[in-house]
Amino acid sequence: MERSLTFRLLRRFPRGPTVAAEARLPLDAAPVTVLLGPSGSGKTTVLRSLAGLDRPDEGAIDFAGQTWFDAARGLHLPPQARGVGLLFQDHALFPHLSVRANLAYGLHRLPAGERAARVAEVAGRLGVEALLDRRPAQLSGGQRQRVALARALAPRPRLLLLDEPLSALDAPTREALRGELRHLLEQSGVPAIVVTHDRVEALALGDRLAVLAGGAIRQIGPVHEVFSQPVDAVVALAVGTENVFPARLLRREAGLVVVGAGPVELVAVDPGGLAGEAYACVRAEEVVLEPPVGGDSSARNRLHGAVAWRRDEGPLVRVAVDCGLRLVALVTRASAERLGLQPGRPVAASVKAPSVRVVPRQD
Amino acid sequence: MDPSALLLSAELAALTTVVLLAVGLPLAWWLVQSRFPGKFLVEAVVALPLVLPPTVLGFYLLTGLGPHSAAGRLFTAVAGHPFPFSFEGLLLASVLYSLPFAVQPFAGALAGVDRRLVEASHTLGVSPLATFFRVTLPLAWPGVLAGAVLTFAHTLGEFGVVLMVGGNIPGRTRTLAVAIFDHVEALEYGAAHRTAALLLAVSFAVLALVYALQRRPSFRWNDR
Repeated sequence: MERSLTFRLLRRFPRGPTVAAEARLPLDAAPVTVLLGPSGSGKTTVLRSLAGLDRPDEGAIDFAGQTWFDAARGLHLPPQARGVGLLFQDHALFPHLSVRANLAYGLHRLPAGERAARVAEVAGRLGVEALLDRRPAQLSGGQRQRVALARALAPRPRLLLLDEPLSALDAPTREALRGELRHLLEQSGVPAIVVTHDRVEALALGDRLAVLAGGAIRQIGPVHEVFSQPVDAVVALAVGTENVFPARLLRREAGLVVVGAGPVELVAVDPGGLAGEAYACVRAEEVVLEPPVGGDSSARNRLHGAVAWRRDEGPLVRVAVDCGLRLVALVTRASAERLGLQPGRPVAASVKAPSVRVVPRQD
Repeated sequence: MDPSALLLSAELAALTTVVLLAVGLPLAWWLVQSRFPGKFLVEAVVALPLVLPPTVLGFYLLTGLGPHSAAGRLFTAVAGHPFPFSFEGLLLASVLYSLPFAVQPFAGALAGVDRRLVEASHTLGVSPLATFFRVTLPLAWPGVLAGAVLTFAHTLGEFGVVLMVGGNIPGRTRTLAVAIFDHVEALEYGAAHRTAALLLAVSFAVLALVYALQRRPSFRWNDR
Protein backbone atom coordinates (compact mmCIF):
# COMPACT_ATOMS: atom_id res chain seq x y z
CA MET A 1 0.00 0.00 0.00
CA GLU A 2 1.17 3.49 -0.76
CA ARG A 3 2.26 5.36 2.33
CA SER A 4 0.53 8.64 2.84
CA LEU A 5 -0.04 11.43 5.28
CA THR A 6 -3.69 12.21 5.79
CA PHE A 7 -4.89 15.06 7.89
CA ARG A 8 -8.08 16.86 8.60
CA LEU A 9 -7.79 19.53 11.20
CA LEU A 10 -9.81 22.32 12.61
CA ARG A 11 -8.47 24.87 15.01
CA ARG A 12 -10.36 27.85 16.34
CA PHE A 13 -8.67 30.95 17.60
CA PRO A 14 -10.48 33.21 20.05
CA ARG A 15 -9.40 36.33 18.16
CA GLY A 16 -8.78 35.23 14.64
CA PRO A 17 -10.00 33.11 11.78
CA THR A 18 -10.61 29.40 12.06
CA VAL A 19 -8.20 27.08 10.31
CA ALA A 20 -9.88 24.08 8.71
CA ALA A 21 -7.49 22.24 6.44
CA GLU A 22 -7.52 18.75 5.07
CA ALA A 23 -5.37 16.90 2.62
CA ARG A 24 -3.97 13.54 1.66
CA LEU A 25 -0.34 13.59 0.66
CA PRO A 26 1.27 10.46 -0.80
CA LEU A 27 4.74 10.18 0.70
CA ASP A 28 6.61 8.22 -1.92
CA ALA A 29 6.01 9.79 -5.31
CA ALA A 30 6.81 13.43 -4.70
CA PRO A 31 9.35 14.05 -1.96
CA VAL A 32 8.78 17.76 -1.36
CA THR A 33 5.34 19.24 -0.80
CA VAL A 34 5.12 23.01 -0.56
CA LEU A 35 2.32 24.58 1.43
CA LEU A 36 1.95 28.03 -0.10
CA GLY A 37 -0.20 30.72 1.39
CA PRO A 38 -0.17 34.35 2.48
CA SER A 39 0.55 35.13 6.12
CA GLY A 40 -2.46 34.41 8.29
CA SER A 41 -3.66 31.66 5.98
CA GLY A 42 -3.08 28.95 8.57
CA LYS A 43 0.16 27.44 7.23
CA THR A 44 1.96 27.53 10.53
CA THR A 45 -1.03 26.04 12.35
CA VAL A 46 -1.01 23.09 9.96
CA LEU A 47 2.73 22.62 10.37
CA ARG A 48 2.66 22.84 14.17
CA SER A 49 -0.29 20.46 14.33
CA LEU A 50 1.61 17.93 12.21
CA ALA A 51 4.66 18.28 14.46
CA GLY A 52 2.52 17.73 17.55
CA LEU A 53 3.32 21.14 19.03
CA ASP A 54 -0.27 22.34 18.66
CA ARG A 55 -3.35 20.35 19.34
CA PRO A 56 -6.23 20.97 16.91
CA ASP A 57 -9.74 21.28 18.27
CA GLU A 58 -11.12 18.70 15.88
CA GLY A 59 -9.95 16.30 13.22
CA ALA A 60 -7.41 13.54 12.80
CA ILE A 61 -3.88 13.01 11.53
CA ASP A 62 -2.72 9.69 10.15
CA PHE A 63 0.84 9.02 9.05
CA ALA A 64 1.43 5.82 7.04
CA GLY A 65 -1.21 3.95 9.03
CA GLN A 66 -0.21 5.34 12.43
CA THR A 67 -2.64 7.67 14.14
CA TRP A 68 -0.91 10.81 15.36
CA PHE A 69 -3.99 12.65 16.39
CA ASP A 70 -7.66 11.83 16.69
CA ALA A 71 -9.91 14.32 18.44
CA ALA A 72 -12.83 11.88 18.58
CA ARG A 73 -10.74 9.36 20.52
CA GLY A 74 -8.90 12.01 22.52
CA LEU A 75 -5.62 10.76 21.07
CA HIS A 76 -2.66 13.12 20.69
CA LEU A 77 0.78 11.68 20.13
CA PRO A 78 3.39 14.03 21.65
CA PRO A 79 6.07 15.41 19.32
CA GLN A 80 8.65 13.10 20.90
CA ALA A 81 6.77 10.04 19.61
CA ARG A 82 6.15 11.21 16.03
CA GLY A 83 9.62 10.99 14.58
CA VAL A 84 9.30 14.33 12.83
CA GLY A 85 12.17 16.65 12.04
CA LEU A 86 11.23 20.31 12.26
CA LEU A 87 13.27 23.12 10.77
CA PHE A 88 12.33 26.38 12.42
CA GLN A 89 12.24 29.67 10.59
CA ASP A 90 15.05 31.13 12.71
CA HIS A 91 16.68 27.69 12.97
CA ALA A 92 16.38 27.52 16.79
CA LEU A 93 19.88 26.13 17.30
CA PHE A 94 20.77 25.67 20.95
CA PRO A 95 23.00 28.69 21.59
CA HIS A 96 24.78 27.17 24.59
CA LEU A 97 25.89 24.07 22.71
CA SER A 98 28.54 23.55 20.04
CA VAL A 99 27.47 22.51 16.57
CA ARG A 100 28.58 18.97 17.44
CA ALA A 101 26.39 18.91 20.56
CA ASN A 102 23.51 20.39 18.57
CA LEU A 103 23.76 17.57 16.04
CA ALA A 104 24.03 14.94 18.79
CA TYR A 105 21.16 16.45 20.78
CA GLY A 106 18.40 14.23 19.39
CA LEU A 107 20.57 11.09 19.52
CA HIS A 108 20.48 10.65 23.29
CA ARG A 109 19.14 7.12 22.99
CA LEU A 110 22.10 5.89 20.94
CA PRO A 111 25.25 4.56 22.61
CA ALA A 112 28.09 7.09 22.60
CA GLY A 113 30.09 5.44 19.80
CA GLU A 114 27.16 5.18 17.47
CA ARG A 115 26.14 8.75 18.31
CA ALA A 116 29.55 10.11 17.30
CA ALA A 117 29.45 8.10 14.08
CA ARG A 118 25.99 9.42 13.23
CA VAL A 119 27.07 13.01 13.91
CA ALA A 120 30.09 12.56 11.64
CA GLU A 121 27.94 11.00 8.94
CA VAL A 122 25.25 13.69 8.92
CA ALA A 123 27.82 16.49 9.22
CA GLY A 124 29.62 15.08 6.20
CA ARG A 125 26.43 14.79 4.21
CA LEU A 126 25.56 18.45 4.86
CA GLY A 127 29.10 19.76 4.61
CA VAL A 128 29.40 21.12 8.13
CA GLU A 129 32.34 18.98 9.40
CA ALA A 130 34.55 22.05 9.66
CA LEU A 131 32.02 23.80 11.90
CA LEU A 132 31.57 21.09 14.53
CA ASP A 133 33.44 22.88 17.30
CA ARG A 134 31.85 26.27 16.75
CA ARG A 135 28.96 27.86 18.58
CA PRO A 136 25.80 28.84 16.65
CA ALA A 137 26.61 32.52 17.22
CA GLN A 138 29.76 32.05 15.13
CA LEU A 139 27.93 30.77 12.06
CA SER A 140 26.65 32.59 9.00
CA GLY A 141 22.98 32.37 8.06
CA GLY A 142 23.59 29.72 5.44
CA GLN A 143 25.77 27.64 7.75
CA ARG A 144 23.15 27.86 10.46
CA GLN A 145 20.54 26.53 8.12
CA ARG A 146 22.67 23.57 7.13
CA VAL A 147 23.41 22.80 10.78
CA ALA A 148 19.69 23.04 11.61
CA LEU A 149 18.88 20.68 8.76
CA ALA A 150 21.62 18.29 9.89
CA ARG A 151 20.27 18.36 13.45
CA ALA A 152 16.76 17.60 12.23
CA LEU A 153 17.97 14.76 9.98
CA ALA A 154 20.35 13.14 12.48
CA PRO A 155 17.67 11.11 14.35
CA ARG A 156 16.44 9.85 10.93
CA PRO A 157 12.94 11.35 11.01
CA ARG A 158 10.09 9.88 9.01
CA LEU A 159 8.89 13.31 7.93
CA LEU A 160 10.64 16.64 7.65
CA LEU A 161 8.76 19.90 8.24
CA LEU A 162 10.27 23.23 7.22
CA ASP A 163 8.82 26.54 8.34
CA GLU A 164 9.72 29.35 5.89
CA PRO A 165 13.20 27.86 5.59
CA LEU A 166 14.75 30.74 3.64
CA SER A 167 13.04 33.80 5.06
CA ALA A 168 15.50 34.28 7.94
CA LEU A 169 18.32 34.74 5.44
CA ASP A 170 19.40 37.92 3.69
CA ALA A 171 18.52 38.17 0.01
CA PRO A 172 21.86 37.12 -1.58
CA THR A 173 22.19 34.11 0.74
CA ARG A 174 18.60 33.18 0.05
CA GLU A 175 19.20 33.19 -3.71
CA ALA A 176 22.27 31.03 -3.28
CA LEU A 177 20.67 28.54 -0.92
CA ARG A 178 17.41 27.98 -2.71
CA GLY A 179 18.86 25.50 -5.16
CA GLU A 180 21.08 23.94 -2.55
CA LEU A 181 18.18 23.30 -0.21
CA ARG A 182 16.22 21.53 -2.92
CA HIS A 183 19.23 19.33 -3.55
CA LEU A 184 19.67 18.54 0.15
CA LEU A 185 15.99 17.75 0.63
CA GLU A 186 15.92 15.41 -2.31
CA GLN A 187 19.13 13.74 -1.24
CA SER A 188 17.88 13.18 2.30
CA GLY A 189 15.26 10.70 1.11
CA VAL A 190 12.86 11.95 3.78
CA PRO A 191 9.49 13.26 2.62
CA ALA A 192 9.32 16.96 3.39
CA ILE A 193 6.62 19.58 3.80
CA VAL A 194 7.77 23.16 3.28
CA VAL A 195 5.64 26.05 4.43
CA THR A 196 6.21 29.35 2.65
CA HIS A 197 4.55 32.52 1.43
CA ASP A 198 7.16 32.98 -1.29
CA ARG A 199 6.16 31.83 -4.78
CA VAL A 200 9.73 31.58 -6.01
CA GLU A 201 10.54 29.38 -3.05
CA ALA A 202 7.56 27.20 -3.89
CA LEU A 203 8.75 26.84 -7.47
CA ALA A 204 12.35 26.16 -6.53
CA LEU A 205 11.71 23.63 -3.78
CA GLY A 206 8.46 21.83 -4.44
CA ASP A 207 7.42 18.74 -6.32
CA ARG A 208 3.87 19.16 -5.22
CA LEU A 209 2.12 22.38 -4.31
CA ALA A 210 -0.76 22.87 -1.91
CA VAL A 211 -2.27 26.33 -1.85
CA LEU A 212 -3.64 27.46 1.48
CA ALA A 213 -5.94 30.46 1.66
CA GLY A 214 -8.45 31.55 4.26
CA GLY A 215 -7.56 28.63 6.51
CA ALA A 216 -8.32 25.94 3.94
CA ILE A 217 -6.34 24.05 1.31
CA ARG A 218 -7.76 25.15 -2.04
CA GLN A 219 -5.75 23.12 -4.49
CA ILE A 220 -3.09 20.41 -4.50
CA GLY A 221 -1.14 19.27 -7.54
CA PRO A 222 2.19 19.27 -9.34
CA VAL A 223 3.81 22.68 -8.89
CA HIS A 224 3.60 23.94 -12.46
CA GLU A 225 0.04 22.65 -12.85
CA VAL A 226 -1.22 24.59 -9.83
CA PHE A 227 0.61 27.68 -11.03
CA SER A 228 -0.70 27.52 -14.58
CA GLN A 229 -4.17 26.16 -13.88
CA PRO A 230 -5.44 27.64 -10.61
CA VAL A 231 -8.89 26.26 -9.82
CA ASP A 232 -10.31 29.55 -8.61
CA ALA A 233 -9.58 33.23 -8.23
CA VAL A 234 -8.27 32.82 -4.67
CA VAL A 235 -5.64 30.33 -5.79
CA ALA A 236 -4.84 32.49 -8.81
CA LEU A 237 -4.21 35.41 -6.50
CA ALA A 238 -2.04 33.32 -4.20
CA VAL A 239 0.13 31.90 -6.97
CA GLY A 240 0.19 35.20 -8.88
CA THR A 241 1.93 33.97 -12.00
CA GLU A 242 -0.31 32.41 -14.60
CA ASN A 243 2.24 30.85 -16.88
CA VAL A 244 4.63 28.33 -15.41
CA PHE A 245 6.32 25.75 -17.61
CA PRO A 246 8.79 23.02 -16.77
CA ALA A 247 11.88 23.93 -18.76
CA ARG A 248 15.49 22.95 -19.21
CA LEU A 249 18.60 24.88 -20.15
CA LEU A 250 19.49 24.54 -23.81
CA ARG A 251 22.33 27.05 -24.17
CA ARG A 252 23.69 30.37 -23.03
CA GLU A 253 24.21 33.24 -25.39
CA ALA A 254 25.30 36.84 -24.77
CA GLY A 255 24.40 36.86 -21.09
CA LEU A 256 21.03 35.35 -21.79
CA VAL A 257 19.82 31.79 -21.46
CA VAL A 258 17.71 29.81 -23.88
CA VAL A 259 15.47 27.29 -22.20
CA GLY A 260 13.31 24.67 -23.81
CA ALA A 261 9.74 24.59 -22.54
CA GLY A 262 7.95 21.80 -24.34
CA PRO A 263 8.52 22.35 -28.06
CA VAL A 264 9.19 26.05 -27.59
CA GLU A 265 12.44 27.90 -26.98
CA LEU A 266 12.31 30.88 -24.65
CA VAL A 267 15.01 33.47 -24.21
CA ALA A 268 15.43 34.78 -20.70
CA VAL A 269 17.86 36.66 -18.51
CA ASP A 270 20.37 34.33 -16.86
CA PRO A 271 19.18 33.76 -13.26
CA GLY A 272 22.54 32.32 -12.18
CA GLY A 273 22.97 28.82 -10.86
CA LEU A 274 20.99 27.31 -13.72
CA ALA A 275 22.31 23.91 -14.71
CA GLY A 276 19.52 21.74 -16.04
CA GLU A 277 15.95 21.67 -14.87
CA ALA A 278 14.04 24.87 -14.18
CA TYR A 279 10.66 26.51 -14.30
CA ALA A 280 10.01 29.29 -16.76
CA CYS A 281 7.42 31.80 -15.52
CA VAL A 282 5.65 34.59 -17.38
CA ARG A 283 3.03 36.87 -15.90
CA ALA A 284 -0.13 37.10 -17.99
CA GLU A 285 -0.02 40.90 -18.06
CA GLU A 286 3.44 40.77 -19.67
CA VAL A 287 2.33 38.75 -22.69
CA VAL A 288 1.68 41.04 -25.66
CA LEU A 289 -0.73 39.81 -28.32
CA GLU A 290 -0.32 41.00 -31.91
CA PRO A 291 -1.66 40.14 -35.36
CA PRO A 292 0.20 37.07 -36.66
CA VAL A 293 1.85 39.03 -39.48
CA GLY A 294 3.45 42.26 -38.61
CA GLY A 295 6.53 44.29 -38.03
CA ASP A 296 9.55 43.48 -36.00
CA SER A 297 9.39 44.03 -32.26
CA SER A 298 11.96 44.26 -29.49
CA ALA A 299 10.54 41.19 -27.80
CA ARG A 300 12.96 38.27 -28.03
CA ASN A 301 10.20 35.70 -27.75
CA ARG A 302 7.56 35.70 -30.46
CA LEU A 303 5.30 32.68 -30.60
CA HIS A 304 2.64 31.95 -33.17
CA GLY A 305 -0.58 30.17 -32.38
CA ALA A 306 -4.30 30.39 -32.08
CA VAL A 307 -6.66 31.57 -29.34
CA ALA A 308 -7.85 28.62 -27.23
CA TRP A 309 -10.32 30.46 -25.03
CA ARG A 310 -11.13 33.91 -23.69
CA ARG A 311 -12.63 35.00 -20.42
CA ASP A 312 -13.90 38.52 -19.85
CA GLU A 313 -12.98 40.07 -16.50
CA GLY A 314 -14.46 43.55 -16.39
CA PRO A 315 -12.28 45.94 -18.37
CA LEU A 316 -9.76 43.16 -19.02
CA VAL A 317 -9.86 39.95 -21.01
CA ARG A 318 -7.90 36.81 -20.20
CA VAL A 319 -6.90 34.98 -23.34
CA ALA A 320 -5.19 31.59 -23.68
CA VAL A 321 -3.09 31.05 -26.78
CA ASP A 322 -2.01 27.63 -28.01
CA CYS A 323 1.45 28.16 -29.40
CA GLY A 324 3.20 24.95 -28.52
CA LEU A 325 2.59 26.00 -24.94
CA ARG A 326 -0.65 27.25 -23.57
CA LEU A 327 0.20 30.83 -22.80
CA VAL A 328 -2.29 32.99 -20.89
CA ALA A 329 -2.34 36.72 -21.63
CA LEU A 330 -4.18 39.56 -19.98
CA VAL A 331 -5.20 42.36 -22.35
CA THR A 332 -7.67 45.21 -22.32
CA ARG A 333 -11.11 44.70 -23.75
CA ALA A 334 -10.40 47.26 -26.49
CA SER A 335 -7.34 45.37 -27.66
CA ALA A 336 -9.21 42.10 -27.57
CA GLU A 337 -11.92 43.54 -29.80
CA ARG A 338 -9.45 45.17 -32.20
CA LEU A 339 -7.58 41.88 -32.63
CA GLY A 340 -10.81 39.90 -32.80
CA LEU A 341 -9.63 37.49 -30.14
CA GLN A 342 -12.11 34.66 -30.46
CA PRO A 343 -11.29 30.95 -30.09
CA GLY A 344 -9.49 29.68 -33.20
CA ARG A 345 -8.21 33.09 -34.26
CA PRO A 346 -4.50 33.07 -35.27
CA VAL A 347 -2.39 35.42 -33.17
CA ALA A 348 1.22 36.07 -32.19
CA ALA A 349 2.28 36.28 -28.55
CA SER A 350 5.38 38.28 -27.64
CA VAL A 351 7.28 38.22 -24.38
CA LYS A 352 10.41 40.24 -23.68
CA ALA A 353 13.34 38.26 -22.34
CA PRO A 354 13.41 40.13 -18.99
CA SER A 355 9.76 39.12 -18.48
CA VAL A 356 10.61 35.42 -18.56
CA ARG A 357 11.59 34.46 -15.04
CA VAL A 358 13.62 31.29 -14.87
CA VAL A 359 13.70 29.53 -11.48
CA PRO A 360 16.42 26.86 -11.39
CA ARG A 361 15.68 23.51 -9.81
CA GLN A 362 18.82 21.79 -8.74
CA ASP A 363 18.41 18.05 -8.47
CA MET B 1 30.49 40.40 67.33
CA ASP B 2 28.75 37.16 68.07
CA PRO B 3 30.29 34.32 66.03
CA SER B 4 27.42 31.94 66.81
CA ALA B 5 24.94 34.49 65.41
CA LEU B 6 27.03 34.84 62.24
CA LEU B 7 27.24 31.07 61.85
CA LEU B 8 23.51 30.66 62.44
CA SER B 9 22.60 33.38 59.95
CA ALA B 10 24.85 31.86 57.30
CA GLU B 11 23.45 28.39 57.91
CA LEU B 12 19.88 29.62 57.77
CA ALA B 13 20.49 31.63 54.59
CA ALA B 14 22.23 28.71 52.87
CA LEU B 15 19.53 26.21 53.77
CA THR B 16 16.76 28.61 52.78
CA THR B 17 18.45 29.07 49.41
CA VAL B 18 18.74 25.34 48.86
CA VAL B 19 15.11 24.74 49.81
CA LEU B 20 13.94 27.57 47.57
CA LEU B 21 15.94 26.23 44.63
CA ALA B 22 14.24 22.87 45.08
CA VAL B 23 10.75 24.29 45.64
CA GLY B 24 10.93 27.61 43.80
CA LEU B 25 12.22 26.33 40.46
CA PRO B 26 9.33 23.90 39.87
CA LEU B 27 6.91 26.55 41.12
CA ALA B 28 8.39 29.16 38.77
CA TRP B 29 8.33 26.67 35.89
CA TRP B 30 4.68 25.97 36.59
CA LEU B 31 3.89 29.70 36.72
CA VAL B 32 5.58 30.23 33.34
CA GLN B 33 4.01 27.22 31.60
CA SER B 34 0.58 26.86 33.08
CA ARG B 35 -2.57 28.06 31.38
CA PHE B 36 -4.56 27.43 34.56
CA PRO B 37 -7.10 30.27 34.82
CA GLY B 38 -6.59 30.71 38.58
CA LYS B 39 -2.85 31.22 38.14
CA PHE B 40 -3.06 34.88 39.13
CA LEU B 41 -4.14 33.81 42.64
CA VAL B 42 -1.01 31.72 43.04
CA GLU B 43 1.09 34.61 41.74
CA ALA B 44 -0.51 36.92 44.30
CA VAL B 45 0.20 34.48 47.13
CA VAL B 46 3.84 34.14 46.05
CA ALA B 47 4.22 37.93 46.03
CA LEU B 48 2.48 38.47 49.40
CA PRO B 49 5.68 38.58 51.52
CA LEU B 50 6.78 41.61 49.48
CA VAL B 51 4.02 43.74 50.96
CA LEU B 52 3.07 41.95 54.16
CA PRO B 53 4.65 43.04 57.48
CA PRO B 54 6.81 40.12 58.63
CA THR B 55 4.89 40.12 61.89
CA VAL B 56 1.73 39.04 60.04
CA LEU B 57 3.48 36.03 58.52
CA GLY B 58 5.10 35.25 61.88
CA PHE B 59 1.82 35.56 63.74
CA TYR B 60 -0.04 33.14 61.46
CA LEU B 61 2.85 30.67 61.48
CA LEU B 62 2.85 30.75 65.28
CA THR B 63 -0.88 30.26 65.61
CA GLY B 64 -1.10 27.77 62.72
CA LEU B 65 1.83 25.61 63.83
CA GLY B 66 1.83 26.39 67.56
CA PRO B 67 1.42 23.64 70.17
CA HIS B 68 -2.33 24.22 70.34
CA SER B 69 -2.99 23.44 66.66
CA ALA B 70 -3.31 20.00 65.09
CA ALA B 71 -0.46 20.73 62.67
CA GLY B 72 1.68 21.91 65.59
CA ARG B 73 1.02 18.72 67.59
CA LEU B 74 1.98 16.68 64.52
CA PHE B 75 5.19 18.70 64.18
CA THR B 76 6.05 18.09 67.84
CA ALA B 77 5.39 14.37 67.46
CA VAL B 78 7.65 14.09 64.42
CA ALA B 79 10.43 16.54 65.34
CA GLY B 80 10.43 15.86 69.09
CA HIS B 81 10.11 19.54 70.00
CA PRO B 82 7.53 22.26 69.39
CA PHE B 83 7.61 24.38 66.20
CA PRO B 84 8.02 27.87 67.70
CA PHE B 85 11.53 28.91 68.75
CA SER B 86 13.13 26.04 66.81
CA PHE B 87 15.58 26.21 63.91
CA GLU B 88 13.13 24.30 61.69
CA GLY B 89 10.51 26.92 62.46
CA LEU B 90 12.96 29.61 61.52
CA LEU B 91 13.76 27.81 58.25
CA LEU B 92 10.12 27.43 57.24
CA ALA B 93 9.42 31.07 58.04
CA SER B 94 12.47 32.18 56.05
CA VAL B 95 11.49 30.07 53.07
CA LEU B 96 8.02 31.57 52.97
CA TYR B 97 9.29 35.08 53.57
CA SER B 98 11.90 34.87 50.77
CA LEU B 99 9.59 33.10 48.32
CA PRO B 100 9.10 36.07 45.96
CA PHE B 101 12.82 36.90 46.03
CA ALA B 102 13.51 33.49 44.54
CA VAL B 103 10.44 32.69 42.46
CA GLN B 104 10.13 36.01 40.64
CA PRO B 105 13.69 36.05 39.23
CA PHE B 106 13.41 32.33 38.48
CA ALA B 107 10.16 32.83 36.57
CA GLY B 108 11.58 35.81 34.68
CA ALA B 109 14.65 33.82 33.68
CA LEU B 110 12.66 30.76 32.62
CA ALA B 111 10.19 32.85 30.65
CA GLY B 112 13.10 34.51 28.84
CA VAL B 113 14.17 31.23 27.25
CA ASP B 114 13.01 31.10 23.63
CA ARG B 115 9.98 28.85 23.44
CA ARG B 116 11.11 27.54 20.06
CA LEU B 117 14.25 26.05 21.57
CA VAL B 118 12.05 24.05 23.91
CA GLU B 119 9.86 22.97 21.01
CA ALA B 120 12.92 22.05 18.94
CA SER B 121 14.04 19.83 21.80
CA HIS B 122 10.63 18.15 21.94
CA THR B 123 10.62 17.41 18.22
CA LEU B 124 14.10 15.91 18.65
CA GLY B 125 12.55 13.33 20.95
CA VAL B 126 13.64 14.78 24.30
CA SER B 127 11.10 14.68 27.13
CA PRO B 128 9.86 17.90 28.78
CA LEU B 129 11.78 17.17 32.01
CA ALA B 130 15.04 16.40 30.20
CA THR B 131 14.49 19.51 28.06
CA PHE B 132 14.27 21.56 31.24
CA PHE B 133 17.68 20.36 32.39
CA ARG B 134 19.36 20.33 28.96
CA VAL B 135 18.01 23.57 27.48
CA THR B 136 15.91 25.74 29.77
CA LEU B 137 18.07 25.70 32.90
CA PRO B 138 21.44 26.18 31.14
CA LEU B 139 20.01 29.18 29.32
CA ALA B 140 18.22 30.62 32.35
CA TRP B 141 21.03 30.19 34.85
CA PRO B 142 21.98 33.88 35.20
CA GLY B 143 18.46 34.62 36.43
CA VAL B 144 18.40 31.52 38.60
CA LEU B 145 21.72 32.50 40.15
CA ALA B 146 20.41 36.02 40.74
CA GLY B 147 17.35 34.61 42.50
CA ALA B 148 19.46 32.32 44.66
CA VAL B 149 21.86 35.12 45.65
CA LEU B 150 18.98 37.48 46.43
CA THR B 151 17.38 34.81 48.58
CA PHE B 152 20.62 34.29 50.46
CA ALA B 153 21.15 38.00 51.07
CA HIS B 154 17.55 38.60 52.00
CA THR B 155 17.53 35.76 54.53
CA LEU B 156 20.83 36.93 55.99
CA GLY B 157 19.26 40.25 56.87
CA GLU B 158 15.77 39.27 57.93
CA PHE B 159 14.56 40.34 61.33
CA GLY B 160 10.83 40.51 61.98
CA VAL B 161 9.88 36.97 61.04
CA VAL B 162 12.88 35.59 62.92
CA LEU B 163 11.96 37.42 66.06
CA MET B 164 8.32 36.36 65.84
CA VAL B 165 8.87 32.68 65.10
CA GLY B 166 12.32 32.02 66.47
CA GLY B 167 12.58 34.35 69.38
CA ASN B 168 16.05 35.12 70.56
CA ILE B 169 17.84 32.00 71.77
CA PRO B 170 21.63 32.37 71.45
CA GLY B 171 23.12 29.68 69.18
CA ARG B 172 19.70 28.41 68.15
CA THR B 173 17.58 31.23 66.82
CA ARG B 174 19.60 34.37 67.48
CA THR B 175 20.61 35.58 64.04
CA LEU B 176 22.79 38.56 63.11
CA ALA B 177 19.90 40.97 62.71
CA VAL B 178 18.48 39.99 66.09
CA ALA B 179 21.94 40.33 67.64
CA ILE B 180 22.16 43.91 66.35
CA PHE B 181 18.80 44.64 67.96
CA ASP B 182 20.07 43.21 71.24
CA HIS B 183 23.24 45.27 71.12
CA VAL B 184 21.32 48.46 70.49
CA GLU B 185 18.87 47.64 73.28
CA ALA B 186 21.85 47.17 75.62
CA LEU B 187 23.41 50.41 74.32
CA GLU B 188 26.44 48.45 73.02
CA TYR B 189 26.84 50.67 69.99
CA GLY B 190 30.34 49.45 69.17
CA ALA B 191 29.26 45.79 68.87
CA ALA B 192 26.09 46.80 67.00
CA HIS B 193 28.17 48.79 64.57
CA ARG B 194 30.58 45.94 63.83
CA THR B 195 27.74 43.50 63.09
CA ALA B 196 25.72 46.04 61.12
CA ALA B 197 28.74 47.02 59.03
CA LEU B 198 29.39 43.36 58.25
CA LEU B 199 25.80 42.84 57.07
CA LEU B 200 25.94 46.01 55.01
CA ALA B 201 29.20 44.99 53.36
CA VAL B 202 28.07 41.43 52.61
CA SER B 203 24.72 42.59 51.23
CA PHE B 204 26.35 45.20 49.04
CA ALA B 205 28.97 42.75 47.76
CA VAL B 206 26.34 40.16 46.93
CA LEU B 207 24.12 42.59 45.03
CA ALA B 208 27.09 44.10 43.20
CA LEU B 209 28.08 40.59 42.14
CA VAL B 210 24.60 39.86 40.81
CA TYR B 211 24.48 43.01 38.72
CA ALA B 212 28.09 42.67 37.55
CA LEU B 213 27.47 39.12 36.35
CA GLN B 214 24.39 40.16 34.45
CA ARG B 215 26.26 42.91 32.66
CA ARG B 216 28.94 40.59 31.32
CA PRO B 217 28.23 40.01 27.62
CA SER B 218 29.34 36.39 27.80
CA PHE B 219 26.70 35.86 30.45
CA ARG B 220 23.99 35.79 27.84
CA TRP B 221 24.05 33.48 24.89
CA ASN B 222 23.99 35.70 21.86
CA ASP B 223 22.19 33.89 19.11
CA ARG B 224 22.69 36.58 16.54
